Amino acid sequence: MLRVLLLILSVVAVGHAELCKPDAQNAFKVRLSIKTALGDNAYAWDANEEYLFKAMVAFAMRRYSSKSATQISNVLLCNVTDRVSFWFVVTDSSKNMTAVPGSEVEAAIRMNRNRINSAFLLSEKTLQFLRITSTLSPPVEPSTPVWLIVFGVVLCLIVAGIIFLIVAGIQQRKKKNKESTERENLEEKGEVTVTVENGIPCEALDLKAGHVNGVFAADDERFTSL
Amino acid sequence: MEKSRPLWDNPLQFVFACISYAVGLGNVWRFPYLCQMYGGGGFLIPYFIMLIIEGMPLLYLELAVGQRMRQGSIGAWKIISPYLCGVGIASIVVSFFLSMYYNVINAWAFWYLFHSFQDPLPWATCPLNSNHTGYEEECEKTSSTQYFWYRQTLNISPSLEASGSVQWEQALCLTLAWLVVYLCILRGTESTGKVVYVTASLPYCVLIVYLIRGLTLHGAVNGLVYMFTPKLEQLSNPKAWISAATQIFFSLGLGFGSLIAFASYNKPSNNCERHAIIVSLINSTTSVFASIVTFSIYGFKATFNYESCINKMILLLMNTFDLEEGSVTADNLSEMKGYLMATHPQEYAQLSPQLRNCSLEAELDTAVQGTGLAFIVYSEAIKNMEVPQLYSVLYFFMLLMLGIGSMLGNTAAILTPLTDSRAVAARFPKEVISGVVCLINCVIGLIFTMEAGNYWFDIFNDYAATLSLLLIVLVEAIAVCYIYGIRRFEKDLHTMIGRKPNWYWKIMWAFASPLLIISLFIFYLTDYILTGKLQYQAWDATQGQLVTMDYPGYALAVIGLLVVASTMCIPLGALLTFVRKRLKRESVSTTA
Repeated sequence: MLRVLLLILSVVAVGHAELCKPDAQNAFKVRLSIKTALGDNAYAWDANEEYLFKAMVAFAMRRYSSKSATQISNVLLCNVTDRVSFWFVVTDSSKNMTAVPGSEVEAAIRMNRNRINSAFLLSEKTLQFLRITSTLSPPVEPSTPVWLIVFGVVLCLIVAGIIFLIVAGIQQRKKKNKESTERENLEEKGEVTVTVENGIPCEALDLKAGHVNGVFAADDERFTSL
Repeated sequence: MEKSRPLWDNPLQFVFACISYAVGLGNVWRFPYLCQMYGGGGFLIPYFIMLIIEGMPLLYLELAVGQRMRQGSIGAWKIISPYLCGVGIASIVVSFFLSMYYNVINAWAFWYLFHSFQDPLPWATCPLNSNHTGYEEECEKTSSTQYFWYRQTLNISPSLEASGSVQWEQALCLTLAWLVVYLCILRGTESTGKVVYVTASLPYCVLIVYLIRGLTLHGAVNGLVYMFTPKLEQLSNPKAWISAATQIFFSLGLGFGSLIAFASYNKPSNNCERHAIIVSLINSTTSVFASIVTFSIYGFKATFNYESCINKMILLLMNTFDLEEGSVTADNLSEMKGYLMATHPQEYAQLSPQLRNCSLEAELDTAVQGTGLAFIVYSEAIKNMEVPQLYSVLYFFMLLMLGIGSMLGNTAAILTPLTDSRAVAARFPKEVISGVVCLINCVIGLIFTMEAGNYWFDIFNDYAATLSLLLIVLVEAIAVCYIYGIRRFEKDLHTMIGRKPNWYWKIMWAFASPLLIISLFIFYLTDYILTGKLQYQAWDATQGQLVTMDYPGYALAVIGLLVVASTMCIPLGALLTFVRKRLKRESVSTTA
């Protein structure tokens, strides 16, 4: 009895060894970078973690094809290194311990990638399944590019400024033209001599055109009334 | 009634206008490069010597001419001698060429500024390729910042011949840039005088913020040490002295007529001697200040790249040989390499094409100047800082202020003679003249927004202003000293400022500066003749790097045209005046 058991075990072991070895046909290499991802909170990779990994792969296979009855014992790990990298292969107990085709395993892992990542507190970069390409998420793009919005705002401000300055300039010029035509009319009549100081007509300084000096007029109050 | 000339509200506006004009992009992107190439801290020696020999005297000369003659460049030189009207016209032609292509830089600054309001910054990561399995191929070969510059900003074509179409995004930014310039020059000195308060002072605020940020960055010290270790043996290299002279010359913006235009709006009693010294000193110290900031940024970027390289090598070794995490560190990398080479020779040999020797010096040695420095190197450093959006906005806003400040000077150089001439100014108001000039420049500037636009930009940048300016300033200096007469000039300055210039100024004006310019001129001519073919750097999208190509025939023709168009104005102007005087004398003699 014991001898039969030993024989079966050795056959199974040999079978396993043949299925799971580096560069085997349906085997995948996994690489974890726990210390890079978690730093001081890094956990050590031991048999319990390996058990969890097998469970996650079995879960992924079950979820992918509902008819699959993958057990934890169907997932074989081998060649675990210090890097923490190892090879794994999924066997099919219904088909006499042959390996499940790599494409199925790949599709299953792809579908459940983020569940597997979060089980180990890792990400796409730190839990790598070599040979399984990941779909990168495209960046979020708003409907109108942000730069056009900012451009529009600045453009409106600048155009408003230009229009304001041009209109102010036209108004100033109209006022100046009106004043100069008035002055020309007065000059023709010979009534008002225009004295100019520094390019500014004196009458602009004192529009009241009075002959009384305002400073002295205000001083009347200083004199005591008789 | 004589129409009074518009004046600056106070002398401070004039100083700010000159500073805003002189302190431009060259201080930020050319001086640090020269410093790095020609001996680090030691380059400051030829730089300051050249400042004293040619910078200050020529600046004072131009300001004094403008302030005395109270006219733009054409009028001012006509007063000095009627045969010199060609000098003024040459200045305008060069200013026109400059304003055509310079505003494209402001358009690029606007583009980057508008794109800084995103998280993450668009040049931080490569875009995905069409089926989302990886990154864009071109972006993989080069870096994400270079991809953003060459592909998404310029959409550059592989060579000058493949012109491509106008990029509408760049055309929009260029239009905006010209509208901003129009807004600032619309009312002449009235508006320019207020704007220069902002354009002159804001860059300094940003530079101070960047100085503090830059010095506190990890690895900044490496860059500073690299820059400031003087390599005094470079002083024996004549190229160092020539580059110092050229940098001072072009950095101050002499010969464009902008300084004459600005000074013509001064009160005649303004102390332009003091202002000339102040402006030239501020310009040079800004260059040094900007290079401190640039080198701390360089140091940060180089250290960052060096450490990424080391980490990549470590990861490669760990993955190939399945070593435990943390067993290979930066310190024991070389020992581990030796150990692995000994223990696993075959696998190591397979790996060796991918292994690189990471070197901090090699990263620091990548000397970049021009648009590459401003838009690629800086944006690469910014994307690795914390809160990159803030620093990005600040930086590109500063570039914009520097660029617009210089544009104000350029347009003033073109507009002042136009508004001075009675033929044009009587018919059209100031706003219309400025508008027409801006419109013409904007339309021509659309050439630089085409796919091959950057190559044309390089042509204009390298050849439109270099030789012509040297000739213009040489003629200016000789005209003032020998044709107008240095004694007459002395008397004019005495009337304006109240004291005569001392012997230093006179010796520089009469001998030192003209000799220096002649030697620069000869050097450049011999350099052009000796190199023979003119070449340019084209972007090869398949390799993801720049390649050298020859200019086609028509590009060489354009270069020749650029140089000839401005330099020929001087003799042609003299000839025309001579012919006109002859004809007048003949008509007078026939009627008499």
